[in-house]
Amino acid sequence: MSAQATAGPSTVGQATTGPASAGPATTGPATAGPAATAPADVGSSTTGPATTVAFAGPLLLGVRHHGPGSARAVLAALDAARPAAVLIEGPPEGDALLPLAADPQMRPPVALLAHAVDDPGRAAFWPLAEFSPEWVAIRWALAHDIPVRFIDLPATHSLALKEPHREAPAEESGPAPVSAEDGDGDRDRDRDEVTPVVDPIRVLAETAGYDDPERWWEDVVEHRSPDGSATTGAAADALAPFTALAEAMTALREAYGDGGQPRDAVREAYMRIQLRTARKEFGDGVAVVCGAWHVPALAARTTLAADRALLKGLPKVKTEMTWVPWTHRRLARHSGYGAGIDSPGWYGHLFGAADRPIERWMTKVAGLLREEDRFVSTAHVIEAVRLAETLAAMRGRPLAGLSETTDAVRAVMCEGSDVPLALIQDRLVVGETLGEVPDSAPAVPLQRDLTRSQRTLRLKPEALERELDLDLRKETDAAKSRLLHRLRLLSIGWGEPAESQSRSTGTFRESWRLRWEPELHVRVAEAGVWGTTVETAATAKAESGALAATALSEVTALAEHCLLAGLPDALPVVMKALADRAALDADVGHLADALPALARSLRYGDVRSTDTAALAEVAAGLAERICVGLPPACTGLDTDGAEALRRQVDGVHSAIGLVVAGAATAEGLRDRWGAVLRKLAGRDTVAGIIRGRATRLLLDEGRLTEDEAARLMGLALSPGTPPTDAAAWIEGFVGGASGGGMLLVHDDRLLSLVDTWLTGVPADTFTDVLPLLRRTFSAYEPGVRRTLGELVRRGPAPEGAGNDGTDHTYPGFGPGLDPGRADAVEPVLHLLLGRTPEPAEATA
Amino acid sequence: MTVPETTAAVDGATGPEALRPHAEDAFADELKALAAADDRPRPARWRLSPWAVATYLQGGTLPDGTVITPKYVGPRRLIEVAVTTLATDRALLLLGVPGTAKTWVSEHLAAAVSGDSTLLVQGTAGTPEEAVRYGWNYARLLAQGPSREALVPSPLMRAMSEGMTARVEELTRIPADVQDSLITILSEKTLPIPELGQEVQAVRGFNVIATANDRDRGVNELSSALRRRFNTVVLPLPATPDAEVDIVSRRVDQIGRSLDLPAAPEGLSEIRRVVTVFRELRDGVTADGRTKLKSPSGTLSTAEAISVVTNGLALAAHFGDGILRPADVAAGILGAVVRDPAADRVVWQEYLETVVRERDGWKDFYRACREASV
Repeated sequence: MSAQATAGPSTVGQATTGPASAGPATTGPATAGPAATAPADVGSSTTGPATTVAFAGPLLLGVRHHGPGSARAVLAALDAARPAAVLIEGPPEGDALLPLAADPQMRPPVALLAHAVDDPGRAAFWPLAEFSPEWVAIRWALAHDIPVRFIDLPATHSLALKEPHREAPAEESGPAPVSAEDGDGDRDRDRDEVTPVVDPIRVLAETAGYDDPERWWEDVVEHRSPDGSATTGAAADALAPFTALAEAMTALREAYGDGGQPRDAVREAYMRIQLRTARKEFGDGVAVVCGAWHVPALAARTTLAADRALLKGLPKVKTEMTWVPWTHRRLARHSGYGAGIDSPGWYGHLFGAADRPIERWMTKVAGLLREEDRFVSTAHVIEAVRLAETLAAMRGRPLAGLSETTDAVRAVMCEGSDVPLALIQDRLVVGETLGEVPDSAPAVPLQRDLTRSQRTLRLKPEALERELDLDLRKETDAAKSRLLHRLRLLSIGWGEPAESQSRSTGTFRESWRLRWEPELHVRVAEAGVWGTTVETAATAKAESGALAATALSEVTALAEHCLLAGLPDALPVVMKALADRAALDADVGHLADALPALARSLRYGDVRSTDTAALAEVAAGLAERICVGLPPACTGLDTDGAEALRRQVDGVHSAIGLVVAGAATAEGLRDRWGAVLRKLAGRDTVAGIIRGRATRLLLDEGRLTEDEAARLMGLALSPGTPPTDAAAWIEGFVGGASGGGMLLVHDDRLLSLVDTWLTGVPADTFTDVLPLLRRTFSAYEPGVRRTLGELVRRGPAPEGAGNDGTDHTYPGFGPGLDPGRADAVEPVLHLLLGRTPEPAEATA
Repeated sequence: MTVPETTAAVDGATGPEALRPHAEDAFADELKALAAADDRPRPARWRLSPWAVATYLQGGTLPDGTVITPKYVGPRRLIEVAVTTLATDRALLLLGVPGTAKTWVSEHLAAAVSGDSTLLVQGTAGTPEEAVRYGWNYARLLAQGPSREALVPSPLMRAMSEGMTARVEELTRIPADVQDSLITILSEKTLPIPELGQEVQAVRGFNVIATANDRDRGVNELSSALRRRFNTVVLPLPATPDAEVDIVSRRVDQIGRSLDLPAAPEGLSEIRRVVTVFRELRDGVTADGRTKLKSPSGTLSTAEAISVVTNGLALAAHFGDGILRPADVAAGILGAVVRDPAADRVVWQEYLETVVRERDGWKDFYRACREASV
């Protein structure tokens, strides 16, 4: 724009060394025109200072998206040039929504969201932060009552074009706003996207001798002090960086053409047409805020017809747009709809800080560390600032950047440790800022998607509470269940699981209590940040939940939920988180708690025919860890701890059966578990209740013969053992509702061992063991209890009574068989058992 | 204590007389060439500019063609922070587990900055206050009474009066009361001598580089007052497996030759295995980055990997067939990993069962370890 094309700050000039001076033949009326000779028109409201070119060009402000320095520069340039209209790289469908940007309720970061009406999954986001040049320009135009428009290719085309080839996430000058994927960050397609795309900033940085393009841009543009060093008037100064940058980009585009992005040609053609229209309407005094990469293309002199030809036959899809709230974290997310900047919090700080950005930043860091109870004094802050600035000098940078401040914070405030640094990275460098969108913004596509699902599944949102019984074997019912589970994941509490009315305990039944409350609409709007369809949103939320979870049980619950909600895409992330948590959790109890839930999930998976191989593998790994960690964890426990662990051993035991059935890697797991139980049963230091339980589990599985069990019991109940221990052993062995009573009823030997032991307990310790015993035996069914009592009253069976094998004495029966009575019931029994009578068979 | 070679520090010290010449002597030529080529501003009494000091540590080629050998191969960022710290007049604390070249870096920093790496206080549990402040020549003290002549300055005191870089080794081993006498020196930059009613004021250029072992926290943990006086740089373990394998095999080769052990060419795969096991357990994640692991309480530094392999070589040479086999290293690894019999054993067994057992080609190693653990 100004004559001082090369008299800008020397740093800018540096970058343009190279083929920059050779102006392309097509270079037209733009800022990039190196031919501009007239001095800048200070203070005038017309932007175009007289140039030698035929007509004064529009003000082309090439920026880096989400660059705070660019934002400042744009603001300064707009203030200086006072254009008649502001055009912004963005979807024109958003024009109607632009006034909302001035709404007091609107708080960045926010994003413009375009989605196909009939396919909300096909969507694109244009995130805008407070420090985005585009946002600054919009706000400036609205505040000055100057028309503002978007001029990029309409979303109606770009969404339609989306499928054949998506644009790279890092188009043009770093992060582009148009880098959204359909809301779920489809990784596979992202990976396909490694087409060699020229990174213009990288080329410029290499030319200037920088190894890191981001750093170069920061030094040259973002960290440029606003008062600059140019000697001409303020307006020229404000425009100088853009001029220099445009020149550099022109040189680059000459060398690299479209930079491997053929679609840019279409977009640029559209932008040129829009620019022409705007110039017809407002004169040449219009300002364009666009990615620096596009500046040369917008300045190029082409014919309207040629541009029209480029736009011919573009596919179309019906779209809708709205504003959605955004977060700093999502700006930082690289995959999916992240804007691809690493440090939104830092940028926000650079943009927001009135002066002394490093001092203010260090003070912020110190404040955060103090909140976290770390000792940080003012002297620390002083030293950190000094170190950062000296480091910057040593590295030859004009101002300390994020890497210098981070190094300084690590060395001075964090004692060299990366742990508090991670906190700073999370809370400050990325930041937790959450955007807000006025209520008047159009409905989010998530709501639409939900409405559509409700219609197809015939699930009407009703304010009246009602019960819903689902049979998961039916396709619609399974879909309904999935929808409700997904909504629950998104904290949209439309349905709550209820106890089944039909008293069926089968896993294919599910009951829900449904009630649609008006505020659920708000919840849906809030959940809109997660995605555009219920499925993608739930997937995204589950993934982020898995990464944020701290306890193992949280992740397990989440995994279960993912299966219920039919979110296979989220499972890998959740499973990874689960495996990680399990590996690091040193408490076997937590692992043991997690395993049954996983096993349950495996079973659900079967019912819903989802692929559970990954889950099974993780479960098997978990079981392995339990096998290793359990024996040491069973010693030195108090009564409550032992009881808790006993329950966990039970849970793991039944879970392992399910795991073994499901996982290929679980080979031999059952044997290892058996060995663990054997170890538990035989080790004296293990709490009695667990020893007893392990013995019982082994006996039930047939891994222990009755003789061995009796031997172990004899050991446990021998006079040397303290009676309380022995009582605990009994509780573990036959306690609870696990059929232990029947075992005693049917096995004289075990009963007599207990009996002998009990009668041998000294009178003074008897009162100690009584509560334990009472707890053990009171859980039995009354019938069993009575039988046991009768057995004990009758005393031990006479020696040799059971020797012939047929003369077992059962409680309530006399010795021997009464053939007459037996014959009477035998035919009925055979009938019941469905067998033909065999003459030799004689049994009761 | 610290083996320089363990962290890719290149030892070129081949002094003719001294068994191990000081850094400033061994690399005198490089320092001279750097000083000649160095046109950047130098802080007061620095022999080189901060840029040149960083180049000296990290290596490079000067405009006149002199090749500067890298002394420390590691993140450039760390060296920059360390040099900048010294330039800003703050004391530097180098932290790291044993075997990360802390001493090596501090020696070379002192040599490059002040041209003298000998102003050294070796920290031990018995380091007296005199080693930090000053002592007396008692014969003279008795004969002449207290005077500056009767005073025996400590290395720190000399560094203060001459504007040099002093080094304190193993700071955390020094008793707390002696550590405290450093506080005045570091914050006031003076050393009072009450007996004479005098003080020594540090001249510009004085600074302190301390090293400490961050595994031994709690030996004599630094008070926060002292800690505040230091900028801390943590020296990491080797970044890549290849670098570590290289260091280990080079060092094992050297030790093996001095012990007259037969060279074992097939040993490399076993060395790689040892390094892999150590790295995985140390980092708490498998080499493919897919599975997390618990870390045992031991350091598992490169130096320990070297000793495990050397041990295994000795076993193979004297009791085996001369080839390093899994069984030869299994016991050594077990000893290095299981330091705390309860917790570490669980860690080790989990590692065996969840990682080693499944891994291709590790069957024999798994069996050897199982046998060693029983």
